[in-house]
Amino acid sequence: MRNSLINPLVYCLAFTSGTIIMSVELLGGRILSPWFGSSIYVWGSIITIFMLSLSAGYLIGGRLSLVNANLGRYGLFFILAAFTLIPTIFFGDTLMDSVFVRIEDPRYGSLVTSTLLFFLPTAVLGMVSPYSVRLLVENTNHSGHVAGRLYFVSTLGSALGTLVTSFYLVLYFEVNQILGTMVLILVVGGIASIAAFFWQAKQDVM
Amino acid sequence: MPCNQIPVVTLVLLAFSCSVFSADKIIHRQKSLYRNIVVQESGSQRCLIFAVRKGDRNQTCMDMDEPEKIVFPYVRMTFAGLLVNPEPRSILVIGLGGGTIPTVLAELFSEVPMDVVEIDPAVVEVARQFFDYKERTGVTVHVQDARIYIKRAGLLKKQYDMIILDAFTGDYIPEHLMTMEFLQETRTLLTESGVLVANTFSTSDLYDHESVTYDAVFEEFINFKMPGSMNRVIITARNSLPSRRVLRDRANQIAGRLDTYSIPIANYIPYLSKRKDWRKNTRPLTDQFSPANLLQGRQTP
Repeated sequence: MRNSLINPLVYCLAFTSGTIIMSVELLGGRILSPWFGSSIYVWGSIITIFMLSLSAGYLIGGRLSLVNANLGRYGLFFILAAFTLIPTIFFGDTLMDSVFVRIEDPRYGSLVTSTLLFFLPTAVLGMVSPYSVRLLVENTNHSGHVAGRLYFVSTLGSALGTLVTSFYLVLYFEVNQILGTMVLILVVGGIASIAAFFWQAKQDVM
Repeated sequence: MPCNQIPVVTLVLLAFSCSVFSADKIIHRQKSLYRNIVVQESGSQRCLIFAVRKGDRNQTCMDMDEPEKIVFPYVRMTFAGLLVNPEPRSILVIGLGGGTIPTVLAELFSEVPMDVVEIDPAVVEVARQFFDYKERTGVTVHVQDARIYIKRAGLLKKQYDMIILDAFTGDYIPEHLMTMEFLQETRTLLTESGVLVANTFSTSDLYDHESVTYDAVFEEFINFKMPGSMNRVIITARNSLPSRRVLRDRANQIAGRLDTYSIPIANYIPYLSKRKDWRKNTRPLTDQFSPANLLQGRQTP
C-alpha cells in the first residue's frame, strides 16, 4: 500500500528533475549569448559544465544514499536545487558583466560563467537519480530493472524539457519567467516529498 | 509566321533558355563552423549563398563584367544612410558577406577608418578569394561575434559616425542581434551625428516585433521600403533625423558620386517614410524574450 503511493511520487520527481535539467541547459544558451555570442563554443561550455556537474551529482547522490536514505532528504535536494537556481535570475547579468570585463576570450568567458551559474543547480539535480534508485529498490534482484525504468522516466523528462522549452516556452515567456516557474516547481516537488516522508513516518508509528 | 522559321525560333529559344537555366555553376563549396557556403556562377553573376532555400537565398552577388555595380536593390538601399550623415569619419559594418558594402564605402571614403565584424572566418576567406574583397588602408576585419564586438567597443568607448547592421545567417538575423539591449549597446557607439542603418525583411510577424523594438530604443526611424522588394532598411540616428527637405538636398549633392555603383539615391526620397505602419501592441524583443527565428516563420493575417 505504502509503495503504491511512494513509488509514483519518486518517478514523478525524477521526471521533473530530468525536465528541468534540460530546460535550464537550453535556456543557458539564451542567457549567455548577449555576452559570449551563440557560437559552437558557447554550447561547448554549457554542455561540458552540465556533464561535469551531473557526474559530480551522481557521485555525491550515490554516496549520500548509503546512510539513512529517506524521502525527507530527497525532498531537500529539490529545495536546494531551487535555491541554487535563484542567483541566475537575480544576479546573472551582473555576474556576466564582470566575467566579460575580466576574460577577453569568449570561450573561457562562457566556460567560467556556465560553471558559476549552472554547476551547483545541475549537480544537485544530478544527485536525484542515484538517490531515487535507492528509494525504489527493494531487493538486488530487481535493482537493474528499477534503474532502467528510472533512467527511462528521467530521460523522457529531459526530452520533454528540451522540446517544450525550445519550441514553445521561449515563444511566450521571458527567460526569467521560465526559470522562476522552475524554481517554484522544484519547491513544490520538494515539499511534496517531505510531506510524504512525514506521512510515511506517521504510518510507521501506527 | 512561315513554317520553316519555327525550328529556328525554337532553337534560339532553346539556346536562350540553356544560357539562363543551365549556366548555374557551383564553383566553390565549403562547410564552415556556422554554415554551408556555396559560391555559384550564372552568366556573368557570381553569388555567395548561405542557406539553400527558395527565395532570398543569395547573400551577395557580384557582376563579374561590371564589378562596381551593385546587383541587389537592398544593398543599394543601405546607402540611403548617407543622407543622414553624408561624410562619415568612422564606420562600423556588421556582417561582411561578399564584402560589397565595405568595398563601396572604402572607395567613397578612402582613408576613413572602418571596422568590419564577421563571425565566420570562412566567409572572410571566400570574400577575398571569390569576390575580390581587398582590405584597404584603414579597414580592419574582426572575426568575432558582433554582440561581443559591440559590447567590448562600448567598454573601450569607441564611437562611429555610421554603423551598418547587415548580419544574416541565411535564415535571418541572429536572435541576440535583434534585441533592445543590443540596440541600446549599439546606440552608445554612435557619435552625436551618427547614423545607424539596418537591413531587415518586411515580411512575417517579425516585422512588427522588430519595428516596436527599434521604436523603443530610438526616438524615430526612417522605414525605407521599395515597391516590389521584401527588404526593409531601417535608418535611424543618435539624435533627431533630418527633415525631408534636407534629405532631398543631400541626395542631389551626393547622387553623382553614387552613380558609379548604380545607386539611384534621389529616387529613394519618396520612400523614406516615418509612418508607423506596424502593430503597436506587439512585444518588443529583449534578451529575455527573443524568439526571432520562430516568429519569422509566422504570419498573422
